[in-house]
Amino acid sequence: MAKVWRVFFLLLRLLAVAATLCAVVIMATSHDSTTVFGITLEAKFQHTPALVFFVVANGIAFIYSLIVLFIPSTSLLSRSIIVFDVILAMLLTAAIAAAGAMAQLGKKGNSHAGWFPICDRVPNFCDHVMGAMICGCVAVITFLLIVLYDIHQVLSPKFP
Amino acid sequence: MADENGKQTEMESRPWHQTVTLLLVSLRLAALVATSTAAGLMAFNKETKTVTVAVVGTNPILQSFTAAFQQTPAFVYFVLANAIASLYNLLVMLLRPCLKNRGRQVLVHLLDMVVFALVVTGAAAAASMAELGKNGNKYARWNPICDRFEAFCIRGGVALVAAFIGAVLLLLMNALSVVGLTCKNVTSNNN
Repeated sequence: MAKVWRVFFLLLRLLAVAATLCAVVIMATSHDSTTVFGITLEAKFQHTPALVFFVVANGIAFIYSLIVLFIPSTSLLSRSIIVFDVILAMLLTAAIAAAGAMAQLGKKGNSHAGWFPICDRVPNFCDHVMGAMICGCVAVITFLLIVLYDIHQVLSPKFP
Repeated sequence: MADENGKQTEMESRPWHQTVTLLLVSLRLAALVATSTAAGLMAFNKETKTVTVAVVGTNPILQSFTAAFQQTPAFVYFVLANAIASLYNLLVMLLRPCLKNRGRQVLVHLLDMVVFALVVTGAAAAASMAELGKNGNKYARWNPICDRFEAFCIRGGVALVAAFIGAVLLLLMNALSVVGLTCKNVTSNNN
């Protein structure tokens, strides 16, 4: 029974690696341009600090998940891994919240501030951002499940 | 049986255990103050400016522009998240005598993490909106609004700072309660 849980936990870590990598790649390749009245308007993720934060946070989570796959589960490091898991889970939730706020603004705009939506002009960019956010959501849920498993480990009587 | 009970009371009267409990209660109280300040400040954040848009003859035509927190979904979520967090903290502090059971303490710890996630996401979304309101985005032709609605921005900024302080306090509280839960492992068979 414990072996099934450990295999499931390893699969969760692999899923976290894949999801964070997908989020980074899809957001980093989002680029679209449109011409309005002879002026070329470009949409890149670097123009918005919230999306840059999203890419950086998922990048850090990807590197961390990759490193953690190679650490044996009974060494001294496994305690500090629990702390880092929680920190990174919170970093990812903050990143997806910030990107979500920007995405909602890009799609609906804010008529009170005179900010017009941009998704009808640069649909390719918006599709990429949406795809990256879906991968980011999957990564967040995976990290939260990993944190729950860590708490279960900490509370079990066999914890060293 | 008497020996186990004696061991339990001895465990709970150890100085570090009392310190941990005292720290937890004070952290929760501070987080309650911080999140309720953030929610309240943002909920009453409204500014109206009246400007002359045209002059017809000698009569100026006035139009008033309002900046309120309801106009931005991120700020609405911010207010809701901080309100839920402060209500939850208040409830837990009031119900402390009923939560001596270990199962209930684990439940409170899990709900603590959920509430912490709420506050963090609310603060992150509001921070990205605030950055946009302050600096604008010239590529999307979104002009900043903080130069025109200064009081709105300042109040929003203070609410945001309070929410971040509340989030840090909630994080410390989560970490400390994990420590508190782990060190009670020996007494779990008494509950």
